[in-house]
Amino acid sequence: MRLEPKPAPSLGVTLLFPVMAIAATLVVAALLVLAAGASPFSVFPLIVKGAAGSQFAILETLTRATPLIFTGLAVAVAFRARLWNIGAEAQLYIGGVVTVVLGTGALPLPAIVLIPLIMLASMAAGALLLAGPAVLKTRFGVDEVVTTLLLNFIVILFVSMLLEGVLKDPMGLGWPQSQRVIADAQLPRIIQGKRLHLGFAIAVVAALVTWVVMKKTVLGYEMRAVGHNIGAARFAGIPVNRVLMKTALLSGGLAALAGFSEVAGLKGNLTLDLSPGYGYTGIVVAMLAMLNPLGVIAAAIFVAAIFVGSDAMSRSAGVPSYIAQVMVATALLTMVTALLLTRYRIRWK
Amino acid sequence: MEQAFDILFQTSFWVAAIRIASPLIFATMGELICERAGVLNLGIEGIMTVGAFAGWFTVYSGGDLWTGVLVAALAGACFGLLHATLTVPLGLSQHVVGIGITLFATSLTYFTYRLALPEVTTPPKIVPFQPLPIPGLSSIPVLGQALFSQTALTYLAFASVAIVAWVLYRTPVGLALRAVGESPAAVEAQGISVTGMRIGAVVVGSALMAVGGAFLTMSAFNSFFFEMINGRGWICIALVVFGSWRPGKALIGAILFAAFDAYQVRLQQLSGGVVPYQLFLMMPYALSILALILVARRATYPKALMIPYQKGER
Repeated sequence: MRLEPKPAPSLGVTLLFPVMAIAATLVVAALLVLAAGASPFSVFPLIVKGAAGSQFAILETLTRATPLIFTGLAVAVAFRARLWNIGAEAQLYIGGVVTVVLGTGALPLPAIVLIPLIMLASMAAGALLLAGPAVLKTRFGVDEVVTTLLLNFIVILFVSMLLEGVLKDPMGLGWPQSQRVIADAQLPRIIQGKRLHLGFAIAVVAALVTWVVMKKTVLGYEMRAVGHNIGAARFAGIPVNRVLMKTALLSGGLAALAGFSEVAGLKGNLTLDLSPGYGYTGIVVAMLAMLNPLGVIAAAIFVAAIFVGSDAMSRSAGVPSYIAQVMVATALLTMVTALLLTRYRIRWK
Repeated sequence: MEQAFDILFQTSFWVAAIRIASPLIFATMGELICERAGVLNLGIEGIMTVGAFAGWFTVYSGGDLWTGVLVAALAGACFGLLHATLTVPLGLSQHVVGIGITLFATSLTYFTYRLALPEVTTPPKIVPFQPLPIPGLSSIPVLGQALFSQTALTYLAFASVAIVAWVLYRTPVGLALRAVGESPAAVEAQGISVTGMRIGAVVVGSALMAVGGAFLTMSAFNSFFFEMINGRGWICIALVVFGSWRPGKALIGAILFAAFDAYQVRLQQLSGGVVPYQLFLMMPYALSILALILVARRATYPKALMIPYQKGER
């Protein structure tokens, strides 16, 4: 068996395989629903209804999509340059830490100054966190996959230490949680009385800015060149290590914004369950978006819809909500296969 | 300070170190086989989760312990086959597929667990493998207790190192496997299928990883918890690099690492809560990163690691 490049796939073929990937994902989900003793024909509509069936559902989906846009962008940027940042989870938590350190009253500044300041500080912290593995990669040749993965565990233990130590809320009844951020550090709600907050708008702007950086700037060009063929990039005089460093700073900063936006926009304080794996899900989001920053918005909303819809469905239909994670992981595997099949034909001889 | 030193001479410390090392040994050997054939298997964390659940659940449902180990290995092999299908003939990114397999295997395990035990708050326990002292050898002070009064699965872990080393360096299959990871075109020229060798390596390697996971539920903790693998898979990837892709060195790495892990737990008790316990728990992960930095400069990766092979291409 061998792979043969297709000349130029038509629009039909380009769309056909991704649609088949979604269909395959639904088949896997249907099998799980059947295994749980329910009917896919009653469960799937419940998922759709739970994700988009009402104003509340839609706003909830967008709220859930917000951190996924940030982590999806972080992964998309890094993977484009073939910098395998699997540490978005850690960078997210560091963003949350910076937000509560600066946002719980340490800086008595008006919101218009305080919020951008916290954003920048969070980004800097996330960027620095990924700079470590990036330096190890470029200077010592240490694989960044393992270092970023291991840092996730270290950072979460570090956050746990802070929440039981210096950052612990004295009024928290002994729970490991931080104090709440002050009013001036809170991101306003987009619609009064609903959970959707300004973080979503910031995420969309971040996606636009990232798109411009990737498509219209020299840095973006260099990042794509490094990711496409590192040897050729080096031969063409692109400072590969510097580009990888910049990619790491950008990626880490974007992931940290997820933590900032969750704390300042939604939760109000920092706890150890700030993220149910948004950093890892960001990888799926980025791959579904084919690493395109604008596609990340759509992919994040799609993935968030699966999570929100499955939560709602699980409460009424009794199928474990872990089905959402299975669907998201299946979508990742089927989509990368589909994207290959749009570009290559399989020859069986 | 003296007490911290005394720990090293306690029998219970060395018994614990060997116990902690056992699952790492299985999974490290599994990853080593995959990487020697040129495939980085980042599905390891998820495959260990599957193995932990499959083995435990088989025994919980009435199967005997060895059936549990076999079911775990088969479950791991299935996920390995999925990984191999996507990364070897299709040549998809081993990073992306590996993470995808980990997410898929982990979430499918949690889904199945919730389905099988919907109302359970504390996971039910099974009767795990019992220590099996080897007559004579186990009465050697300290070392005998540590090495020769463990469970049968620990002995199997050590045996797996010997078997992997023997197959890799003393058999034609091993030669072909190593060559596939270095120079696949040369192997193809000998009329051996690169694709077949690589798929086989990933399937067998994944089965070993799953047995490593099963060790946790069937020999160490006798029950299944969410997130119980807790990064052990990623640590095994670091151990393979640390062991420069050699079974013997990787075994030494795993034992050193496990000794350190057992040591930090005892140090934690000794410190009496003055130092935050999280700092101790961080140490194994930090140590893995440190080990990677130390060996990185002289690490000689299998030359074809992470490079997909297409028949007839150079």
